[in-house]
Amino acid sequence: MIVPLEHILILAGLLFFLGMGGMLAWRANLIMMLVCIEVMLNAVMLVFVGGSARWGTADGQLFAIFIMALTSAEVSLALAMVVYLHRRRKTIDTDRFSEMKG
Amino acid sequence: MEQIIFYILAGVAVIGTILAITEKHPVHAILYLVTSLFSIAVIFYLLTAPLVAAFEVILYAGAIMVLFLFVIMMLDLGHPEKGIAPQWRQWLPALALAGVSIASLAAVIVSRHASAAAAAAPAPAPAPALPIREVARHLFQDHGLAVELVSLQLLFALVGALYLGKQSKGGETK
Repeated sequence: MIVPLEHILILAGLLFFLGMGGMLAWRANLIMMLVCIEVMLNAVMLVFVGGSARWGTADGQLFAIFIMALTSAEVSLALAMVVYLHRRRKTIDTDRFSEMKG
Repeated sequence: MEQIIFYILAGVAVIGTILAITEKHPVHAILYLVTSLFSIAVIFYLLTAPLVAAFEVILYAGAIMVLFLFVIMMLDLGHPEKGIAPQWRQWLPALALAGVSIASLAAVIVSRHASAAAAAAPAPAPAPALPIREVARHLFQDHGLAVELVSLQLLFALVGALYLGKQSKGGETK
């Protein structure tokens, strides 16, 4: 353990709240919302790996790897949906998709 | 030495993320985020998790960010002047909420430091580093069902992405 666990948690918390604030600010743009979700998930992975290094168990690293697999599935589906929505409306503005019946 | 590298990389990660979420051009934002992900990958390596560090570079900075770039270029979204950038009024609630959250984090840390200084708890012994062989044995022996579920999930994502990306025969207006 090169640095105390608190410093890793501070870094992860900063990254998580930056991603959260970015997602709230970019709430009209689908692509940037997905990018900010990536930032948040990355901060969560940092917490898991920090805990794994602190207690010397492999479970944190395994959860980080599972989060990575989950994220790749989520991003591929979400970007396919973005392409589908852009094909229908020629925009990625989320305010344009407020009706349930297209 | 490793502490100094960790703090430098932490600064690079935070500044890269700030630049990424304030950049109006989507392609520039993705590139800033790749910088941040690389520094986080090196932080993983410093935290004795070389497997996660390699996957971070290969999967996150490689595959996922390139997927974002492909979609941005395919849909021709790289025009910030006609894109949907947030005005300063839209930044206000985000800044307020993120500020409150960061302030609560700071309050927790300060109170914990005060109590820790009072108690003066001894630092725990550093845990030994895990070799990759141990991690892989844990992964495939203790979490074999989770590995199978993840493979099923990736298959479903593949099928869903194929279905959503298929051009409909009946034209584009429905």
